[in-house]
Amino acid sequence: MARAGRRRRDRVAVYLALVMLAIAAFFSLATTTFFTLRNFLNLVESYSVTGIFTMGLLVVLVAGGIDISFLATASVAQYLAVVVSRSLGLDDSFILGVLPALAAGAFIGLVNGALIHYLAVVSIIVTISTQSVMFGGLMYSSGGRSIYNLPGWMYQFSGTLFSVTVGGQRHPIGAAPLVMAVAAVLTFALLAHTTTGRQLYAMGGNPEAARRLGIRLGALHLFAYGYLGLMAAIGGITQALRVEEVVPNALVGREFDVLAAAILGGASFAGGRGGVAGAILGVFLIGLLKNGLNLFGVSSYFSDVIIGPVIVIALCATHLGKRKETDVGFA
Amino acid sequence: MRKTAFLTIIPALGLPALALAGLATFGALMPESFPSKRTFESMAFQMPELGLLTLAMFLPFVSAGFNLSIIATANVSSLFMAWLWTSRIPADAGAATQAVWLFLGFVGACAVAAAIGAGIGAMAAYVGVHPTLTTLGVMTLLKGIGISLTRGAPITGMPPAVQFLGNGTFLGVPMPLAVFAAAALATALVLGKTSFGKYIYMIGSNINAAYYSGVATHQVLIGIYVFSSLMCALAGLVMTARFNSARMGYGESYLLLTVLAIIMGGADPNGGFGKVWGVVLALFVLQIISTGLTLYGVSQHISLAMWGLVLILVLAVKYCNRRWYAPWALRRQAEAVKAPA
Amino acid sequence: MRTDRIAMPSGGVGGVRAAEAGSAEPARARNRTAERAGARTLRDGASAPTRGPIVVLRNISKRFGGNYALKGVDLELEKGEVHCLCGANGCGKSTLAKIISGTYRPDRGAVIVIGGREHPYLTPRESRDCGVQVIYQDLALFPNLSVYENIAFECNLGSLRPYRESRLRALAREALDAMKFDLDPDEPVENLTIARRQQVAICRALAADAKLVIMDEPTASLPRVEVNNLLAAVRYLKLRGITVVFVNHRLDEVLEVSDRVTVMVDGVKIGTFPASGMDKERLTGLIAGRRIDAGKRTKAAAAGETALEVRGLTRAGQFHDVSFALREGEVLGICGLLGSGRTELALSLFGMTRPDSGEMRIRGRAVRFRNQRDAIKAGVGYLSEDRLALGLIQPQSVKDNMVLTVMDRLKTFAGLISPAKRDRTVAEWVERLDIKAANVDDAVSVLSGGNQQKVALAKWILTDPKILILDSPTAGVDVGAKDGVHRLIRRLAERKIAVAVISDEVSEVYRNCDRILHFRRGTIAGEYSPDRVSERELAGMIENG
Repeated sequence: MARAGRRRRDRVAVYLALVMLAIAAFFSLATTTFFTLRNFLNLVESYSVTGIFTMGLLVVLVAGGIDISFLATASVAQYLAVVVSRSLGLDDSFILGVLPALAAGAFIGLVNGALIHYLAVVSIIVTISTQSVMFGGLMYSSGGRSIYNLPGWMYQFSGTLFSVTVGGQRHPIGAAPLVMAVAAVLTFALLAHTTTGRQLYAMGGNPEAARRLGIRLGALHLFAYGYLGLMAAIGGITQALRVEEVVPNALVGREFDVLAAAILGGASFAGGRGGVAGAILGVFLIGLLKNGLNLFGVSSYFSDVIIGPVIVIALCATHLGKRKETDVGFA
Repeated sequence: MRKTAFLTIIPALGLPALALAGLATFGALMPESFPSKRTFESMAFQMPELGLLTLAMFLPFVSAGFNLSIIATANVSSLFMAWLWTSRIPADAGAATQAVWLFLGFVGACAVAAAIGAGIGAMAAYVGVHPTLTTLGVMTLLKGIGISLTRGAPITGMPPAVQFLGNGTFLGVPMPLAVFAAAALATALVLGKTSFGKYIYMIGSNINAAYYSGVATHQVLIGIYVFSSLMCALAGLVMTARFNSARMGYGESYLLLTVLAIIMGGADPNGGFGKVWGVVLALFVLQIISTGLTLYGVSQHISLAMWGLVLILVLAVKYCNRRWYAPWALRRQAEAVKAPA
Repeated sequence: MRTDRIAMPSGGVGGVRAAEAGSAEPARARNRTAERAGARTLRDGASAPTRGPIVVLRNISKRFGGNYALKGVDLELEKGEVHCLCGANGCGKSTLAKIISGTYRPDRGAVIVIGGREHPYLTPRESRDCGVQVIYQDLALFPNLSVYENIAFECNLGSLRPYRESRLRALAREALDAMKFDLDPDEPVENLTIARRQQVAICRALAADAKLVIMDEPTASLPRVEVNNLLAAVRYLKLRGITVVFVNHRLDEVLEVSDRVTVMVDGVKIGTFPASGMDKERLTGLIAGRRIDAGKRTKAAAAGETALEVRGLTRAGQFHDVSFALREGEVLGICGLLGSGRTELALSLFGMTRPDSGEMRIRGRAVRFRNQRDAIKAGVGYLSEDRLALGLIQPQSVKDNMVLTVMDRLKTFAGLISPAKRDRTVAEWVERLDIKAANVDDAVSVLSGGNQQKVALAKWILTDPKILILDSPTAGVDVGAKDGVHRLIRRLAERKIAVAVISDEVSEVYRNCDRILHFRRGTIAGEYSPDRVSERELAGMIENG
């Protein structure tokens, strides 16, 4: 009985894994370059940052909200990390350099959460506004210029951290996959193994019931959006380490890729659903598709033409037959 | 009673007051340049594209849905028109041939848009997917198609008739403004005076109760997104005409402004309530402020940040009204009714 | 510690020992919160076996806007009693319950004595810490979470502590065993029926170490068999020394289970009476403020031709082989419990779902509806049982709700809706049905239940139906206003409309219908005429299943 319950919960992850296997098998047979360790590591490296963002967004989605400002937060955090380190002369202190950025990310998230909770407005509308505030402010204060000259502590962790040698070939591994792994474990622990995580699911499932049970919705909103803000800041800095530059408008506009990954992974717009395993699989399903198409010689723009329908098909699969026959609502 | 009746009207006076305050402020700051014919003309030419996109967002908004793909739809339909007009019309075509091609191009773009809208509506109606999610997928798809077909480059060189639509005036009225006025009037008629419009409000409040009362909710939902997409096609037409070109990526910053205009215009963020005239009024206010800021030399990034702040502020004001002012006004009125008796 | 919880029940109650062993941990956590709330004395006092009031309310008033919902109410709840709050809709019984649970704050001057301390009001947290648990009408469960997590969610309340699944499971298991409910702890709650969800809610109250359980209209959506199970559960709670407050308006159930009954009328307490000396008729009289002539039946009009004929209608899993005829001017009662397939049958007659086999004829012509619009065109109307969610669009105006079904008929030549025509129609029907609304532009949600139902009926009358199916037309309508709805039904029949009334209140169908079909387990189990059978006999047949 107990096992049956568990199986029910993880069904999305199992389906996703199967679909991914099928896609991977197809690309392995169709191209020679796909099924290689190098390509695999490359894939993981490229999608790790998306994975970090997805972990943050997942928490908000579970809580029954949505946020589209997190990439603006990430850009602000990147920029702050560099500017603050430079102006305070914190060139080689990793902790002191990274701290203001993380604090800013969490703070922005808290502001989002507070506005959503206290003004009682749909979260998409609030976060559209805060995104504009942050992005407009960032573009103005940075003048839209990229920064290529990073503080010293960033270079300590940028590029290749270590490498594995397999069959005589050196494969470099950067910080991004490690940070993503930590973020995933942290988020998994939070959602599945803490009381706060369970309260987030409860609030997503039935906010009114949660309120009556004495769960402090305000605190949970602050926590969820604050967590996303923190993850966004971490993701932003990881991205800066990966590409060794800070480009103010590089991230904003790709929010929906992250949302798509979380939704593919079983998170729902209505809240209370989804898990870390599914979300990570969602990220790499999209990654796999883009990577494979790329190896086929399809342009990255055109891969959106595939991704769009994939999102729609996934939505059909998760929604079809879920409504009562006399129910015509949408969620 | 009469003495307190004004209490409930006060919130409705916010927008006109804001418009006047905007005009007065910018007039005082720039007495030379702001209160001029050129300023108001430029407003009249700029507002319609945002206005049409806002109308495109409005119907989904009232029905408790959302349409993230308005800008992508507008761009794809304008690309379609531009492509047809620049590649298919022979250089030496007579007026009649041109007119036929122009018409075909627009009808074709409308057909494309309508197909997109029908798809979004059908996903909400028959599968039960929230339109925000569907339009997210649709937006990704349309952007992908648009960019991979054009490589991100603009299609330029529209026929003179189209350029007139973008930059000419008719009886002193800028053509884009005339198009917008017609569209706003049509939307107001549809929402306020047709059964389809009434159904949209009802669906916005409770789609299942509407269904149980015999409303053809599936068809209405499809209708909403088809209408929305047609407005996008119209916005695409106006954009193509004004810029004399079409490109994937025009108007990308408008999404926030459409939502801002709708909410400032008095629509309920949860659906079911909202009037076109409120939205039109809000658009005027936004345009006054936007033009004023541009003239004053404020950077577009600062404007963007400011719009965000304004939206938050508007939400806060609405919250205060709902929480404190409206109950207080009601109480005062109730007391005023009781007192003489 | 926790002697209060295990001292009361007599031996042989399953799971009590387990209760002692399994939940020492959460109890300690709860003690901490109890100390914070200063309610330590409750624990000490309650462990004594003497009976005494667990909660005393004095001078409770509550105003909403200018209207009193409660006026100077005093109430004592004894330890271990089942106390019923009853009265018509809007009499303040739910408000009173919500004041005990801390959802509402009473006006100044109120005193609430709980746990040996006086409070001017309670917060939800204080109330919970004093052992008050509420089972709401909507149950307030988390549909996405499993049964066990719902039951033991109390353990999850602290912030950022480890989530101990095994402890939650043990606590849930213990509560399920104690109540002898057979539920799969791993099933997500969204897959359960309403009755089973209610069991989950009861277990949750038990697992939260309740001393006082408030049940708000717990039987409103339950079929009779399930009501019996629920009442058994209530007795069980009582056996464990837990006080149960039952907020209800179905009187037979009230008398069946209560020790004492408090009757409320218009926010004022009429009195508290021992249930043993009370009968249904006297209680009805107290609630309505006047004696209702229980035997009086509305007069039948002469029935005309057959309006609707159903033969062998079947839909897998919902109803099978249903055959009956309904004549013009007739009021047909379809009496059956919730879950008997009666609503499903109505939905098929209304075109919302398609039957698998069988045929329907309207005035002799075979019909096959593709959707509800076909049915409306053919002259069928359906008043939903769920007025809040499906019957009316609550936030929208009275006016728009009323003309929603006939929007197309209000058009002028240009295809636009004529406001004048609409306002005339609305004004006419507001007057004819005597709908009490301050302003037809107000949201329909501000009207009383009875007036809301009249708006919903007007919506269907406007379609000129030949056949009207009314699903539980007086659900959530207070006793005084029920009469009005019943008279209206008869007036409809006089206008040659064939009316089918679906209800589980035997007295309602007995008094208002010309013929009664007993609907059971998806099929018609019998047909009765009120002329040839007594209400008591009918009730016996229907309520026993």
